[in-house]
Amino acid sequence: MRLQSSVVTGSETYRANRAAHLAALAEIEQAAGLAAEGGGPKARERHVSRGKMLPRERVANLLDPGSPFLEIGATAGHGLYDDAAPCAGVIAGIGLVEGRQVMVVCNDATVKGGTYYPMSVKKHLRAQEIALECRLPCVYLVDSGGANLPNQDEVFPDRDHFGRIFYNQAQMSAQGIAQIAVVMGSCTAGGAYVPAMSDVTIIVKEQGTIFLAGPPLVKAATGEIVTAEDLGGGDVHTRLSGVADYLAEDDAHALALARRAVASLGRASATLDLGSGPPPAYDPDEILGAVPASLSTPYDIREVIARIVDESYFDDFKPRFGETLVTGFARIEGMDCGLIANNGVLFSEAAQKGAHFVELCSQRKIPLIFLQNITGFMVGRKYENEGIARHGAKMVTAVATTAVPKITLLVGGSFGAGNYGMAGRAYQPRFLWTWPNSRISVMGGAQAAGVLATVKRDAIERAGGAWSAEDEAAFKRPTVEMFERQSHPLYASARLWDDGILDPRKSRAVLALSLRAALNAPIGETRFGVFRM
Amino acid sequence: MFDTILIANRGEIACRVIRTARAMGLRTVAVHSDVDAGAAHVAMADVAVCIGGAAPADSYLRGDRIIAAAQATGAQAIHPGYGFLSENPDFVEAVEAAGLTFIGPSAAAIRAMGLKDAAKALMEKAGVPVVPGYHGADQDPGHLEVEADRIGYPVLIKAVAGGGGKGMRLVETPAGFVDALERAKAEARTAFGNDSVLIEKFVEKPRHIEVQVFGDGTRAVHLFERDCSLQRRHQKVIEEAPAPGMTPEMRAAMGSAAVRAAEAIGYRGAGTVEFIVDGSDGLRPNGFWFMEMNTRLQVEHPVTEGITGVDLVEWQIRVAAGEPLPLRQEELSITGHAFEARLYAEDVPAGFLPATGTLAHLSFPEGVRADSGVRSGDAISPFYDPMIAKVIVHGPTRAVALRQLARGLEGCRVAGTVTNLAFLGALARHEGFAAGDVDTGLIARDLSALAAEPRAEPRHWARAALAATGLDAPGGWDRGFALWAPLARRVTLRHGDEVVDCVLRAEGPDRARIAIGEAEVLAEWQGGALRLDGGPAPEVHVAPLRVTVFDRFGLAFDLPDPLERASAAGAGDGLTRAPMPGRVVKVHVHAGQAVAAGDRLAVLEAMKMEHTMQAARDGVVAEVLVAAGDQVEAGAPLIRLEEEDAA
Repeated sequence: MRLQSSVVTGSETYRANRAAHLAALAEIEQAAGLAAEGGGPKARERHVSRGKMLPRERVANLLDPGSPFLEIGATAGHGLYDDAAPCAGVIAGIGLVEGRQVMVVCNDATVKGGTYYPMSVKKHLRAQEIALECRLPCVYLVDSGGANLPNQDEVFPDRDHFGRIFYNQAQMSAQGIAQIAVVMGSCTAGGAYVPAMSDVTIIVKEQGTIFLAGPPLVKAATGEIVTAEDLGGGDVHTRLSGVADYLAEDDAHALALARRAVASLGRASATLDLGSGPPPAYDPDEILGAVPASLSTPYDIREVIARIVDESYFDDFKPRFGETLVTGFARIEGMDCGLIANNGVLFSEAAQKGAHFVELCSQRKIPLIFLQNITGFMVGRKYENEGIARHGAKMVTAVATTAVPKITLLVGGSFGAGNYGMAGRAYQPRFLWTWPNSRISVMGGAQAAGVLATVKRDAIERAGGAWSAEDEAAFKRPTVEMFERQSHPLYASARLWDDGILDPRKSRAVLALSLRAALNAPIGETRFGVFRM
Repeated sequence: MFDTILIANRGEIACRVIRTARAMGLRTVAVHSDVDAGAAHVAMADVAVCIGGAAPADSYLRGDRIIAAAQATGAQAIHPGYGFLSENPDFVEAVEAAGLTFIGPSAAAIRAMGLKDAAKALMEKAGVPVVPGYHGADQDPGHLEVEADRIGYPVLIKAVAGGGGKGMRLVETPAGFVDALERAKAEARTAFGNDSVLIEKFVEKPRHIEVQVFGDGTRAVHLFERDCSLQRRHQKVIEEAPAPGMTPEMRAAMGSAAVRAAEAIGYRGAGTVEFIVDGSDGLRPNGFWFMEMNTRLQVEHPVTEGITGVDLVEWQIRVAAGEPLPLRQEELSITGHAFEARLYAEDVPAGFLPATGTLAHLSFPEGVRADSGVRSGDAISPFYDPMIAKVIVHGPTRAVALRQLARGLEGCRVAGTVTNLAFLGALARHEGFAAGDVDTGLIARDLSALAAEPRAEPRHWARAALAATGLDAPGGWDRGFALWAPLARRVTLRHGDEVVDCVLRAEGPDRARIAIGEAEVLAEWQGGALRLDGGPAPEVHVAPLRVTVFDRFGLAFDLPDPLERASAAGAGDGLTRAPMPGRVVKVHVHAGQAVAAGDRLAVLEAMKMEHTMQAARDGVVAEVLVAAGDQVEAGAPLIRLEEEDAA
């Protein structure tokens, strides 16, 4: 059925909504722009003066001309470490090389010499996780001084720290997911294992170096005086040590060699046919006016679906039951998907319907897309007594254990257990994207402040005291403010709670690219956990 | 009439003859060399015979094989085209001896015109004006002065044994003659050991005007003149008919002189009488002199065809078959104006050097006659003339025809080799040429401006960059997608001496931005057409690592292949090292010796094998670091070449 929009594009509300979304978008765009600048003009100039390409240029020249680039964590590190690590010092994303989807991880040496901050490690691991789940060959454009020493406690020792990068390389290589490294700068200490653990390694002459310990450390340890080039330059590694396989003259040559290496991967694990589909009947540009500016204004999520899916065609499943959850089948750029979208708070019926729909998609091996705008499950005696937790658990179980790829897009609020049922980060969706107007926290700021205030008021009154309304408001304010700050998408994305913030008008393209990547891996059989009936 | 003719030529003229022969209902036989087996003229002909190797002496000049081919294929006549055997009287005799017809003049007529001095004497006798001069043995200064007076000033004094301007003096007035003669003789004596001189009339602003004649063996008509004054080092570049500034009196005088010349030798077929004309003071009936007669069809004959409506090849065949001249003199007239430009594969900036290459693309615009012997995909080989085509236009007036020529040249598309197209285009737009102010010195005077390479503008670089990356067609929905700012891809292109990094940003399925240095070009698709900054984008031809943008007469952009870098850099540090442990058996070189890449430097014996060490590049041996008998380790330096700069 083709969806019918009831949005009036010329209306006052439409214009106000649009203005609010554009303002929110501008803030994100500015942050993304800063991140793309890396370590700033001086560092970039120094980098270029050495004959090196800037990191984003390296990525562009690795990819096919005109290739899409689905960037991961474009604003990671935003506001962290006194803003010392824009983009977390590493660029990651999916693009096409010789027509094949690959995951590119590219150090930005203009950011503190490309050293790994905690978020750099998290981002690198996240990129590898996506590559593993989607079976994407990995190309590492290495130019990094290794772990950021002042932050070594949050970079080195734990399970999901630096060492995990090489563990992942070994695991992926074992699964036949190609690992290709291009050494375009330093690769020191632990970093030396990125090229060493790769299937194929290219190194740039008199520019790339690989060693476990650099010349200063060697001198300190053994007294040996040696130049970086003699210790671990391109000539040494391609001629003597065999740590690298190809010697490149410069960045452009190295990237051409990397493209050739991808071309030589054989067609066995090649990307599926990159299709397309008819555009939506409603212009995706209208999303900004169709979606209310305030999260507390209810609207029909079908207005969003109509501006994302092919021809605005949506097979609305079980539309008369559990109406606060919209489920149904559609296509995005020709790719089948099942959509699960919130149209209000989750009731027991909605949760059951959601579980049912996940089962359908799992049987049919159709990927799931979650459009999340959820304040949570309904509360109150009636609902607890009828077992809303039991019904909610069914949906959470289904979402957690389905084998089909899940892609989540936060189009509004993401609060409480609703986040779980709607494939929040913990439920390992292949991708998790957010809109600039989205907010994420365990509950709303006002509610949290209210809970804390109630507890405090009870204590005061038990002790016989009195609490004025002014005092209560003053008590609540910091909590409200903290929640506001921490639920902001930039705050979330800076910490990689998601894969990035996007312009809502690009939702269709991002979901299509996410689906394309997800479909690169075969979909396995689902075995659900025990449903509490 | 014959039913089969053989064309003893190749290239455009062979194709052009076949075209007319076919229109006349004749069967055609092509001959060709090995390398021409796939050539256009072979494809066009009904029958083709291979007559030998690539060198003309092995094929197109082999009269015996050509005659045998004619006999084998049942051809009754042979058309020689121009060049090759077209003015070889022995060949004419051989053809006739074989019982075949030579489509052209008799051997006697060719011989009569073959010796320049004899021809001049013959013409003088027939009342045709020749350049006044004195070529006599009497070198007495007084006698020479009298001769100079007879010739009329200004005169040129030239050393008989001369060359390169040595012993040459221009004398403007009688007063300067004696002094100039003395110095010319002195110079000639020093330079050549022979102080004999000759004296010739100096033509101040020479123009080359020739008259097309056609004879039936006794009588002849003329088909008016052609002006071939636009020359570069005696090579005709653009020809036209009629000659600018020609008067009816002068035309009548030249025409009748040419007819006299043809009739004097009993000329049969198409011929051309060349005159040198004094253009310093307009065209005057007494200001032209016979130079020589070409006893064949000329390259530039199409301009005459343009203004007369006559198919000269058809006339050649008909007259050779015994028919009378198709038209009488009074039935011939001039309609409009015609130009012909000779399109060559040549490197103009390098001094008009002939070029070779494969024509990756070749096409001509509507509205011009393009006589060509090559097609897209054909090679311009080093064995033959590198002419690609003759571009011919015909219009009601000279001004219109010249505009047609300029536009027509702009519409020619050649990819795969450098051409003189831009040079021709510049000539077609030359103000002096447009004004009809032509002489044989025009090109030389303005050469630097005419030969200047057209500059590529940012939109040309942008167009080439788009084509080089395959982004010049609209993309799918995912083209250039980025969450935020699009990625900028660098594409390095080379055009002439300029190397530019073009930076491309694909901004969606139908938009891209290309930064060329400080400039930026916006590419958009509108209605399925690519537009650059709002204007239509020129078309291109894309070959591996080369893009030709069809604007400004064809701008070629090379795309350096980054993968080619390694081999070029392979020469390394000049050290030849031992590939494995072994014993040096022999050292072939000594310090200071020049070696070429691939030369043997030393022999190493290891693991029962003898390894020959070769020079990785040209250079000079700086040091020999081992001697025969030495045991060396793997990687040990054996021979060092001098630094490349020093070598």
